[in-house]
Amino acid sequence: MSSSNPNNKRKYVIGGIVVVVAVIYIFQLFNLQILTTQYRDFADSNAFFRKTLYPARGTIYDCNGELLVYNQPTYDIMMVVREARKSFDTLDFCNTLNIDRERFLQLDRDMRDKRKNPGYSSYTPQIFMTQLDMEEYGLLQEKLYKFPGIYIQGRTERRYKYPNMGLILGYVAEVDKNTVNADPFYVRGEYAGKSGVELSHEEDLRGKKGVEILLRDAHGRVQGRYENGKHDKVPVSGRDLTLSIDIKLQALGEHLMRNKVGSIVMIDPRTGEILCMVSAPTYDPSMLTGKDFISNYLQLEQNPYKPLINRAIAGTYPPGSTFKPAQGLIFLQEGIITPETLFSCYHGYPPLGGSPACHGHGSPLSIQPAIATSCNSFFCYGLNGMLSNRTKYENVSEAFERWKDYMVSMGYGYKLGVDLPSEKRGFIPNSKFYTSVKKTDKWTAHSIISIAIGQGEVLATPLQIANFAALIANRGFFYTPHVVKERKGLPLDTTFTPRHAPNIDKQYFDLIANGMGDAVTGGTCRAINLSPQVIVCGKTGTAQNPHGDDHSLFMGFAPKDNPEVTIAVIVENGRFGATNAVPIARLMLQQYFNDSIPPSEKGLEQEIANREILPYIYKKNASKIPKIPKEF
Amino acid sequence: MLYQRYGEIVEKGRVDWFTVGFYLLFVLLGWLNIYAASYDLENATSLFDLSGRAGMQLVWIGTSLLLAFSLLKIDVGFYETYTFVFYLAGIFLLVVTLIVAPDINGSRSWLVMGPIRLQPAEFMKFIIALALARVFNAYGFKLMTRNNLLLVSVLILLPALLVVMQSETGTALVYLCFVLVLYREGLPGAVLFMGFAAVVYFVLGVRFSEVPMGMLSVGEFATVLLIIVFVAGMVWNHVKRRGVVMTILILAAVVFAAGYVVSLFGLKCNYGMLAIAALGLVCVYLLFLALRFWKRIYFLIVLFALASFAFVESAEYVFYDVLQPHQQMRIKVTLGMEQDLQGSGYHVGQSKIAIGSGGLTGKGFLNGTQTKLKYVPEQDTDFIFCTIGEEQGFVGSSLLLILYVIFILRLIGLAERQTSVFGRVYGYGVVSVFLFHVLVNIGMVLGIMPVIGIPLPLFSYGGSSLWGFTILLFIFLRIDKSRRQF
Repeated sequence: MSSSNPNNKRKYVIGGIVVVVAVIYIFQLFNLQILTTQYRDFADSNAFFRKTLYPARGTIYDCNGELLVYNQPTYDIMMVVREARKSFDTLDFCNTLNIDRERFLQLDRDMRDKRKNPGYSSYTPQIFMTQLDMEEYGLLQEKLYKFPGIYIQGRTERRYKYPNMGLILGYVAEVDKNTVNADPFYVRGEYAGKSGVELSHEEDLRGKKGVEILLRDAHGRVQGRYENGKHDKVPVSGRDLTLSIDIKLQALGEHLMRNKVGSIVMIDPRTGEILCMVSAPTYDPSMLTGKDFISNYLQLEQNPYKPLINRAIAGTYPPGSTFKPAQGLIFLQEGIITPETLFSCYHGYPPLGGSPACHGHGSPLSIQPAIATSCNSFFCYGLNGMLSNRTKYENVSEAFERWKDYMVSMGYGYKLGVDLPSEKRGFIPNSKFYTSVKKTDKWTAHSIISIAIGQGEVLATPLQIANFAALIANRGFFYTPHVVKERKGLPLDTTFTPRHAPNIDKQYFDLIANGMGDAVTGGTCRAINLSPQVIVCGKTGTAQNPHGDDHSLFMGFAPKDNPEVTIAVIVENGRFGATNAVPIARLMLQQYFNDSIPPSEKGLEQEIANREILPYIYKKNASKIPKIPKEF
Repeated sequence: MLYQRYGEIVEKGRVDWFTVGFYLLFVLLGWLNIYAASYDLENATSLFDLSGRAGMQLVWIGTSLLLAFSLLKIDVGFYETYTFVFYLAGIFLLVVTLIVAPDINGSRSWLVMGPIRLQPAEFMKFIIALALARVFNAYGFKLMTRNNLLLVSVLILLPALLVVMQSETGTALVYLCFVLVLYREGLPGAVLFMGFAAVVYFVLGVRFSEVPMGMLSVGEFATVLLIIVFVAGMVWNHVKRRGVVMTILILAAVVFAAGYVVSLFGLKCNYGMLAIAALGLVCVYLLFLALRFWKRIYFLIVLFALASFAFVESAEYVFYDVLQPHQQMRIKVTLGMEQDLQGSGYHVGQSKIAIGSGGLTGKGFLNGTQTKLKYVPEQDTDFIFCTIGEEQGFVGSSLLLILYVIFILRLIGLAERQTSVFGRVYGYGVVSVFLFHVLVNIGMVLGIMPVIGIPLPLFSYGGSSLWGFTILLFIFLRIDKSRRQF
């Protein structure tokens, strides 16, 4: 009956609609599932709650295994903004945490500010407030159910057992924006080492973060672990560090340097390990941890004595007479002088009319007594002899370049590569420098004569001076100085194992060492003579300083044979080397060799510690200076 | 032999096991996916646990199978005889529901009797299909008479109105799909075409309503061009005069070319006005032809053009000034004008994320995270397709879609092989309902259609809906079984 009905063809239209639409849908499925890849990421960020498990930061010990730095739990408040939007009782929240509304709003703004917090997302937990103590944690934990979107994240905080060596240890603080951008390891609000060993060994100390992947539903409620924790990662604790620093030595050094500006560095020349590194003024590392971090930090930063600068590696000083042994070594090696060469001195350098001046001693002198008496004239003759030697060098530039290369090979002029941040290189000029300063290449030794005695353009860090002492102590080589002796589970960094040896014969080092020995027994630094217990070799320095009184310097090592320790002491504006640097070095060596200050020396210790030698320019503005904390 | 020649009703026919097989397959897959969608990671219940959704669905499946079995036992004559009783009973139930139903999620469509909740609107689908079949079955019935059109319209629109009043707009829209049945039985294709054109106008007009272009928006401009093209197409289809078609297109082209030339002289050209001018010229030309040859078809085409333009203009007004903001938002989200992921776009956004994260082969059964963690709302009812998309991937979800297409094509085949008008009309009723449900549901989940809350047939969780589809389908299979065979 219906075969003739024209409407029969309409079944194809209806069937066609179904097929066409289905094809469109399959295309859309293809588009969503195959072509577009972002949905998978959306889905993951939807459902996966990646809870970071923070590893314990490595602890730090001194060379005797004494614990210096450890961790203590603290708590951060995390907020997921999307979840916190609804029914969030701000007032109750503020009361619980004992903050006011302004503070709350400020924290909220900071968290949302993309400039301060580039990783901000309203879907993921963001750090809202940090460093709750146990009590606050307890209060909040009780009420946590009332605050949707708020989570508490446990963390650890640094604690310091001693009030010493803040500058070596460094501090740990929230990572800044640049670090977050540069290193994907960090997320805003996390902590990282900012200075000292905490910074230079950050990768050892920080460990590996773990992660727990939790599934959460559309309301943010955690529903369980993803695939039973199959993809979770357990955090790996940071590596413990053992420093070469001896905390007792360090504490004594900081005690002696109270109310002074300067530095003490002691190195074990046999390994390059730094036994103590005092920079004065310093600060108690506990100041830069916990809640008072910001106020303390600002206080330290604004202090005109700049206690945040590690002068042992970042303070550059004219080395003064401690530079003379290096000069002597070069002249001997270059054949400018022989051990027997004599130069005369008439209270000054004769060719320039007695300038630089010198003090009273016998004349003429050979190199060994010249070191012992610290004769200025001798080394001026030597420098002039080298720079004006036209049989050996074509011109003054070539001679000076040779001189500079020797200096560099002895550790001056460039960073030594100590494992601490912000080391400075000091300064050893080259010939180009003088050509451009003097605006001619016709300069002579006499126009730069002050560098012969470690003045003028030459600058060195206390570490470089102590390292140079190690070079002499070892009679010809040194190891790169370092403060980390051992990284748990890792061998020592190979940069610290090779010897660095300048091209200078051992016999000349013996000669210089003898001169330094004579300086102690009968020269400029008799006050450090510890014989018969230990034979000390030393060299004082009194560096002129345009800003005020001369700096007081001492460089030495002991014992004379098979030396175990070298020392460099600088007291800014401490005048003669013998006045301040030498007694400080004496007490430090006493402590090193006896493990305590002998009762006979207690008076000296007391006297030195009570001396107040603060640079003049600061005193002038004394009324504007904030009160100096006791430790200084 | 004799029986067959005279077309006696023979019980020789067999149940179409092909369709029954598909039915069982969908129900089984649906059950598994309901289990997957409502799977609780922390305390997973068993597939058969009656406290879980899957367990409950198993109960619905069991009762549905009983229902199906019984339906196959009932004589076909029963349905023909009592169709109008059913219809009146259905309307009565809808009215009762409207009065007594409690408000459940804003919908007043559930009859609650103790532990059982029923949605009469679901059952109205097969009743309307039966009613249509019964009406069309009358000897010498012609659809295109005024009375008959009115009768059929009332049969469909009355329950639709009642259901709209129950706030179940989605279900009411399902009733409108019976237009497809009318189309099969002689409703002019023009009606279907106009429906199609209206949708296209609306989508174009609203989607690009925000960019101005002369007097009109870009959307309106495009629709006016489209109207001219449609007019040309209609002339080609009904008059078959190539010259007239060419004249129309050339007229439009000349108008725009003139505008372009004007703009070359530095004058600002109002393309919106030009489009209206072109349409006007075409209408004038057609009116001229109508008067000259005195042909009604030209009048009708002009009427279509003017009505289309009026529709476009009013569509924008309706969209921006009549529709509620949330409805506007839903449509805007569907048209890709807004990305309101937190508000009305949330459903579709999350649904796309769930499906998109499935990739080629999916995350595997019970391994989906989006659906399980309740990111996708209604994940075991209206949005169950997400679970397939996420866990079975592109392969699984397009396979399911293809299975549905085969199923519907099979139903069309069954409907076409009916020897009685009653069987055929009812069959197309079944086809229309399944077609509409499948296409709209999956389209919605894929973000192609606006969100209309209707279930995926035989798949989504829900007793009423499963029972409704079972009854709908198995009455048809019963009719098919006892069709006259020659």
